[in-house]
Amino acid sequence: MKKKIVSVQDFESDDPIAWCPGCGNFSILKALKQAFVELGKKPHEIAIVSGIGQAPKTPHYLRCNAFNGLHGRTLPVATGIKLANHDLTVLAEGGDGDGYAEGGNHFLHAMRRNIDMTYLVHNNQVYGLTKGQTSPTSGLGFVTKTSPTGSTSPQLNPLLLAIASDCSFVARGFAGEVEHLTALIKDAILHKGFAFIDILQPCVTFNRVNTFKWYADRVYPVDDGPGYDSSDRITAFTKALQWGDRIPIGIIYRQGRPTLDGQLSAITGQSLVTQQIDSESFSSIFESFK
Amino acid sequence: MAVDVSIRISGQAGQGIQSISAIMGKIFTRHGYYVFINQDAESRIRGGHNFDQIRVKDQPVYAIGDKVDYLICLDGNAVDSDLPDLDENGIMIYDGEKSNFQSGNSHHFSIPLEQFAEQAGKSKIMVNSVATGAAFALMGFELQPLLDRLKEEFAAKGGEVVENNQNSASSGYRYVKNNFKGISANQIPTGPFKKQKLLLNGSQAMALGAICSGLKFYSGYPMSPATPIMELIASVTDQYNIILEQAEDEIAAINMVIGAAFAGVRAMTATSGGGFSLMVEGLGLAGMTETPAVVVVAQRPGPATGLPTRTEQGDLQFVIHASHGEFPRAVLAPGHAEQAFYLMAKAFNLAESYQTPVIVLGDQHLNDSYYTVDHLALDQIPIDRGSIRFDDQISSVKDYKRYAGQETGISPRILPGLSEAVLYADSDEHTEAGHITESADIRIRMVNKRMRKLEGIRRQMASPKISPSKKSDIVLLGWGSIYGAIKETVQLLNHEGIDAQMIHFSEIFPFSAVPFLTNLKKKTKIFAVENNFTGQFADIFTQQTGISIFHKILKYDGRPFAPQEIVKQVKEQI
Repeated sequence: MKKKIVSVQDFESDDPIAWCPGCGNFSILKALKQAFVELGKKPHEIAIVSGIGQAPKTPHYLRCNAFNGLHGRTLPVATGIKLANHDLTVLAEGGDGDGYAEGGNHFLHAMRRNIDMTYLVHNNQVYGLTKGQTSPTSGLGFVTKTSPTGSTSPQLNPLLLAIASDCSFVARGFAGEVEHLTALIKDAILHKGFAFIDILQPCVTFNRVNTFKWYADRVYPVDDGPGYDSSDRITAFTKALQWGDRIPIGIIYRQGRPTLDGQLSAITGQSLVTQQIDSESFSSIFESFK
Repeated sequence: MAVDVSIRISGQAGQGIQSISAIMGKIFTRHGYYVFINQDAESRIRGGHNFDQIRVKDQPVYAIGDKVDYLICLDGNAVDSDLPDLDENGIMIYDGEKSNFQSGNSHHFSIPLEQFAEQAGKSKIMVNSVATGAAFALMGFELQPLLDRLKEEFAAKGGEVVENNQNSASSGYRYVKNNFKGISANQIPTGPFKKQKLLLNGSQAMALGAICSGLKFYSGYPMSPATPIMELIASVTDQYNIILEQAEDEIAAINMVIGAAFAGVRAMTATSGGGFSLMVEGLGLAGMTETPAVVVVAQRPGPATGLPTRTEQGDLQFVIHASHGEFPRAVLAPGHAEQAFYLMAKAFNLAESYQTPVIVLGDQHLNDSYYTVDHLALDQIPIDRGSIRFDDQISSVKDYKRYAGQETGISPRILPGLSEAVLYADSDEHTEAGHITESADIRIRMVNKRMRKLEGIRRQMASPKISPSKKSDIVLLGWGSIYGAIKETVQLLNHEGIDAQMIHFSEIFPFSAVPFLTNLKKKTKIFAVENNFTGQFADIFTQQTGISIFHKILKYDGRPFAPQEIVKQVKEQI
């Protein structure tokens, strides 16, 4: 049967967008829609789970299934959805506060489980929704209303953390490179396992340090090929450590290993949600208690 | 003659007290008796002082007794600590070679338990089986059912383990037969032997109730006394196609449950008060997103870590009010194992029908205690999945609105991915379509819509159990696991000619209409009996009915009530 061709219009939402003009989130939204279209995904085949912040508003501005939950709790909800219906293409989406502060523990364990989903972190190195406080990825010395004399803790390195946690797909994108980001999102969705993309996203209102220009002057693509072997973990660690004058973007580390959903006997046949409940099947369950 | 015998097995953690109480309990059940087994254990893996107490009756039994008829001491310390609880005509089995205790009482039987364990069972860990064999001989039971039962219990551990346990039990049995001829005190008559009734604890009943209700997804973090629910479900995941995921914390557990329920399967978690404290934000998420979620809270004494292996009813007000903001929920609190099975089924039906969280409140006394149950009927737990519309019915749904349904508060529900429609769920206040809104009008409509469901749930709440039904001078008012203790208290009072009745609530919130109030006389004295310090249910009762409660019998030492201690306190106050 010929597959129905989807277009960007299929993903248009009528919900008015509440981001600041010029926000890096617009390009991420564009890349996301483009990736879905290029993969031929239909809106009802996708479920996006988001937390709370500016980034987690993204699913409202798309037409697809969406669960906009609590701050930091995207990954457990997404895990529940994927296990209940593994036919869905599941994405989780949040910001650096959502994912690296409030949701840090879930991030570690989602990587460990290697459940088949894509996790996008819009990393603008500052808190947007709550109006400009320090984030776990804010640079050392970053001045905000909650760190008026400058942040005293060094910034968290999400890529390094992910590679150390044996995450099976670790990538970095940049909101200023939409085509590159679209390709990354496509690769992440196609990857069998937990695919994580940290997306550098300029905040035009609260981060006057890490601006579009600041990122654009520094990012360079790391591509698979003769020059770079993304399956080499040690090389990946070296790349992930790079920050400052030159910032690598692209797939930093990738490996194949069994997924959580691929190992469960309950869903080797069909997804849980499509399995009928058969009361008859329980008739022998009491025997061992007699 | 009526049979009512209590057997206490006392010793250290790690001596296999619980395995032999379950072995003995099942044999009594197969002989047609009703048993109630409660655990009194310390929070440790080895050593200390623990006991299990098995009460054997010829009628249904739901509470501990006040006297011990058989005391089985697996170590020397048990003699010192437990002998004061032994009835004056009670029988004690102890190891005289391992204890400084010397008794002249002809009902105190010194048996070389450890020596036999090492000889017959090849390890002193077999002390429990030697003692069980000896006890069975004294009670007048045949040896063979015990040997069969040991085989059944230990078969999975291999033939040698079975053999060592059987040899140990036989040596204890024969020693009694050979050395204590003519002893006939406190014997338990043996009836026909058949596998008919069930023996199960509250956790097992809850797990079975969930499984038979079509549970498909469980996520949880281990915490006493709720963990056995998770372990039982884990043991049948392959058989019944259930996914069980051990979460990194209780926050993840409830959020995974919400995700799975959003995607359309029956999902639950179980924890104790401390874990539930972490779940509280997620509970509100289920309320706001209108996602069905079943949460078992098996209470233990708090606050903080409290008494991890003991019992309390201290979290009732907490679970009713947990989470910020206002949203509908139901709170059910089964009184015994059989009710726990059926109320789990009701919890899933309510959660799906009203698309909101339902809490089933147990406690260590209910969850860890074993009850003989006559029968569990699958046909009495119909599965009601509420307004879910499956794929074949929704092919034409366009512009579906997740939160439509102002009139009843109940929205038509579709499941993501099963049709071409898409749905938005949101923890922000949202429009009917599920998008974020700041509109005051919509806020009012949505709060009204959600809270309307509370009235629907209220109509589903069963009335309390009133027994006997005639108006009485004294009412024993209780909820949850207190059922057995107040039921028997009433029987004891009635037996003494004191006019008393029980009013027991197992479906607590929303508080149901109050037809039972007509049952109260003007001068009825109401005694609220609760395992907590403040009388939490009494306060709810007063708030809902306007009836003040002047008599409270409260216990918060981490131990369950024995009926006789309630009788004593009632008599002091009338």
